[in-house]
Amino acid sequence: MSNPSVLKNGLTLALIAGVCSGLVAVTYAFTEDKIEDNRKAFLEQKLKPALSGLFFEGDVTESVVTLKAPHGLPGKDDALIYRLYASGEPVAALFIVTARNGYSGPIRILLGVDISGVVTGLRILEHSETPGLGDKIDEDKSDWVQQFAGRSLEDPAIDGWQIRNDGGEFDQLTGASITPRAVIQAVRETLVYFAENKEQVFAMPGDSAQ
Amino acid sequence: MTEGRHLQGIATALWRDNPGLVQLLGLCPLLAVTGSFVNGLGLGIATLAVLTVSNGLVSATRRFLQKEIRIPIFVLIIASLVTCVELLFEAFFPALDRALGIFIPLIVTNCAIVARAEVFASRNPVVSSIVDGFGMGLGFLLVLVTIGLMRELVGQGTVFADMHLLFGGEPVNGLVVADAGWLIAILPPGAFFALAVAIAAKNAMDRRRSVRLRERTGLR
Repeated sequence: MSNPSVLKNGLTLALIAGVCSGLVAVTYAFTEDKIEDNRKAFLEQKLKPALSGLFFEGDVTESVVTLKAPHGLPGKDDALIYRLYASGEPVAALFIVTARNGYSGPIRILLGVDISGVVTGLRILEHSETPGLGDKIDEDKSDWVQQFAGRSLEDPAIDGWQIRNDGGEFDQLTGASITPRAVIQAVRETLVYFAENKEQVFAMPGDSAQ
Repeated sequence: MTEGRHLQGIATALWRDNPGLVQLLGLCPLLAVTGSFVNGLGLGIATLAVLTVSNGLVSATRRFLQKEIRIPIFVLIIASLVTCVELLFEAFFPALDRALGIFIPLIVTNCAIVARAEVFASRNPVVSSIVDGFGMGLGFLLVLVTIGLMRELVGQGTVFADMHLLFGGEPVNGLVVADAGWLIAILPPGAFFALAVAIAAKNAMDRRRSVRLRERTGLR
């Protein structure tokens, strides 16, 4: 232990680690607000279209509740529910859930449902499906997701919530049936959850209240 | 140190010792993100920035560095810089940051950066190390955009699509050359094919040049 170079090396390392941490801390402080704004803007930009212009009051991002698995919704990741109100009455909920059985990895979906259980819109937030085939679930690539708006568990009945190949009422994608099957299943399960737990969804304390 | 030597250093980094085509360093990001021109350009700029600054910092601290601890120090410097670059990308190019995903933090593992720190920056003065980092970064960037361009053209039928991810403004469709492409070019195997074509093209050009040089110097 009497080797002086050990001490010297240790000090040099500590000094450089300190300087590097400082550099990261300064950059973080400088970018923190901007990154937070970007996240909010991205979320709002993704959330709004899933509501098809439905009227609501207040800030969408303030009514969020995060549920840890097992939460009864699709996927093992955290599920997010945004609750929307107008004149104090609940009008709709936005669900962010994960379809686990995609072709390559989880598919994060955003589903808007109004208070009567009718889908206001579906958006794909994250996926890693094959370019040119499964990635047509992305609204930038095709209008496949548009067919869900206006549908509910009565339209079609629960057996119809499948792709046409499986005897359901929803279009598949050419060359990719695993991806749409996974998405439709997640949508159906979310609608069932909402129908069964509607009161609880709006009664849960939000993240900001905890 | 004259400007001429710096220029020559950059030229060597761009062509003769190109990190992507000759040294074959940093192939993982090179193959993974080059699905389009804009992705290649984004990662290229991030790598260029990290490589230039890390070479400068390593060179500036080279006098206190004992041999035993130089690698941990390189890693510390590079990892901090990459974290800063990632934060800056998240703040100023959020869409591109989402498109590049994990490959920005993975710049840490780009062996081209540690290699330049070890081989060049830890043995040379600050200015020439910065020049070397810039040249190597630029060489890597050029390979990224070339391969990105090839794969985008063949796979998607477009050139320079989605440039708004980097420069802001309205969504850009790019130059649409064909309505559809061969999907294989965008899938992982296409990355290997494109890299192979790029390396083969470079070797062919080098060979032609050396043949011409021999003829001109009268080597019969």
